[in-house]
Amino acid sequence: MFEELAQKSACWLSGEGTNPEIVLSSRVRLARNITTFPFPPAAGTDTREKVLSYVRSAITKAGDLKDGSFYDSGELSDLDMSFLMERHLISPEFQKAQSSRGLFVDKEEAISIMVNEEDHLRIQSIKSGLDIKSSWETADKADDQLAHSLEFDYDPSFGYLTSCPTNVGTGMRASVLVHLPALVLTREIEKVIGRISKVGLTVRGFYGEGTDVLGNLFQISNQTTLGRSEEDIIGDLERVTKQIIEYEENSRVTVCKDAKDQIEDKIWRAYGILTHARVLTSSEVMNLLSAIRLGLGLKTLTSPSLRLVNELLLLSQPAHLQKYHGREMSQNERDMVRAELVRRKLRG
Amino acid sequence: MLCQDCGKKEATVHLTQIINNEKITLNLCDGCAEKRGFHSPLQGASFPLAEFLSGIIDKGLLKESAKLKGQRCPRCGIAFSDFGKAGRLGCGNCYKIFRDQLRDLLRKIHGSDLHRGKIPPAYGDVMKPIREEKRLEDELKKAIESENFEMAAQIRDKIQALSRNKK
Repeated sequence: MFEELAQKSACWLSGEGTNPEIVLSSRVRLARNITTFPFPPAAGTDTREKVLSYVRSAITKAGDLKDGSFYDSGELSDLDMSFLMERHLISPEFQKAQSSRGLFVDKEEAISIMVNEEDHLRIQSIKSGLDIKSSWETADKADDQLAHSLEFDYDPSFGYLTSCPTNVGTGMRASVLVHLPALVLTREIEKVIGRISKVGLTVRGFYGEGTDVLGNLFQISNQTTLGRSEEDIIGDLERVTKQIIEYEENSRVTVCKDAKDQIEDKIWRAYGILTHARVLTSSEVMNLLSAIRLGLGLKTLTSPSLRLVNELLLLSQPAHLQKYHGREMSQNERDMVRAELVRRKLRG
Repeated sequence: MLCQDCGKKEATVHLTQIINNEKITLNLCDGCAEKRGFHSPLQGASFPLAEFLSGIIDKGLLKESAKLKGQRCPRCGIAFSDFGKAGRLGCGNCYKIFRDQLRDLLRKIHGSDLHRGKIPPAYGDVMKPIREEKRLEDELKKAIESENFEMAAQIRDKIQALSRNKK
C-alpha cells in the first residue's frame, strides 16, 4: 500500500503559494463529534464501528469528497501509519488510538478526515505556502457537506463539543509550518516566541539548548478555540505570520551584513555534503536542507528548486524511504539509501 | 539538566507554553518527549495542548470533584473525577451534566465561555439572540467604565427588551 504515493511529494509541499520560502504550509483542522454517541476514547468497539460506517457513508454522499480513498485502520501496518504521519495525514494520537479507526484522503491530499481519533471526526485541509484562508474554506465546505448526513454535537453557548475541552467552540486548530533559520542564528527566536505566546498563539519547534533546531522548522497555531470566530482566529494567525516573515527577513539582512562569508560557507558545505555523502541520518538531512533553503532565499544558490528541497524533506523521512523501496530496512541501511536518494535527486 | 519525567537521561527537548499568563515549561529527553506526544514538526499533525493543560486542570478539579461527590453522566457513565484524571470527557451530554464546572474551566483555558464561531444551520435562530445579549453586555461594561451613563441606560433597555422577547 502507498508505494505509488511514496514516489511523489505531497501537494502541500509543492513550494507554491504565498511566501513559500518561509512558510512551507498552512493547515486547518476541525474537530467534530456525532451527537448521542460517546466520544471515541470512552466508546466501545461497537460504537466506534457504527461511527466509522456512518462517516464512511456520509463521505460518499458529500459531493466534494467522492474522489478519494478510505482506509480502515485494520488494513494499515505500523510502517503505513508512520508513512501517513510523515505526510501529515494522521496524528500520533491516531496511530496510538484503539481499533476501528478510519482515514479518508482525497486525491489531491488537500483534505483528509481521521475517524475515531480523539474525536469522531478530524477534518483537515493543508495547502502549500501561506494560505490559511483557503485551508479553512476547504475544511469548512467539507464540514457543511458532511453535516447534511451527520448531526454534530453542538451547544448554543459552548459551540462544537469535543472530547478535550481545549478544542471546544470552533473545534478549529489553524497552523503554519515556518522555516526560521536566521532568527535561530541571531538568537532572536526566543524573543519572537515570547511575543507570539502573548497574543494567544502557540509555537512549537524541536530544539536542544544552544544547538540547531531540527531543520529550523516551527509550527505556529492558535492556542484557544472558544470565544472568537474562525475568521478572527485565522486573521490573527495570518497577521502574526506575516510579522514573523518580516522578522526573519530582517534577520537575514543582519546575518548577511555581519557574517556573509561564514553563512555562504555553511550553505556551500551543506550542498557539498548532500551531493557527496554516502551515509546521512534523517535529522542531518533536515538540518542540511535547511541551509539549502536559506541559500535559495539569500540567492547564494539558484538551484535546486524549492519544490525539490521540499520533496527531499519528505521523501528522506524513514517510512517514506522504506515505502519507496517497498521493504523494511534497518537504520544503517536507511542512512545509506537516504544518501543515495539525495545525491541522485540533487544531481538531477 | 535531567529529563523531568524519567530523571535519568539528559533533557534535550525544552518546551514552554504560556496559558493565560501561567508559564509551563517542560524539559524532557527524546524518549519521554515522544511518549507525551511531542514530535518533530515533520512527524505528525499533533497539537498536544492538553498535556500542557493537565497542570491547570488538576488544581481546579480537585475542589470540584469533591463537590460533585461521584455524580456520573447518565449517558456515558463518566464521573467528573475521571475527567480530572484523563482530561477527556465521555460524550456531548457531559457538557450538560457538569456544565457549571466546565464553564469555569473553559474560561480558564480560553478566556471565554461563549462560542462566537460557526453555527450549524439548525441552531441559527437559537444562537443569534444569545450572541446579541453577550455583545450588549460587553458594550454596557465599557459604557459604565467610561462613565457614559446615558449610553449605559440605553444599552440596559436593549438587554431588557431582548430578555422579554426570550420569555
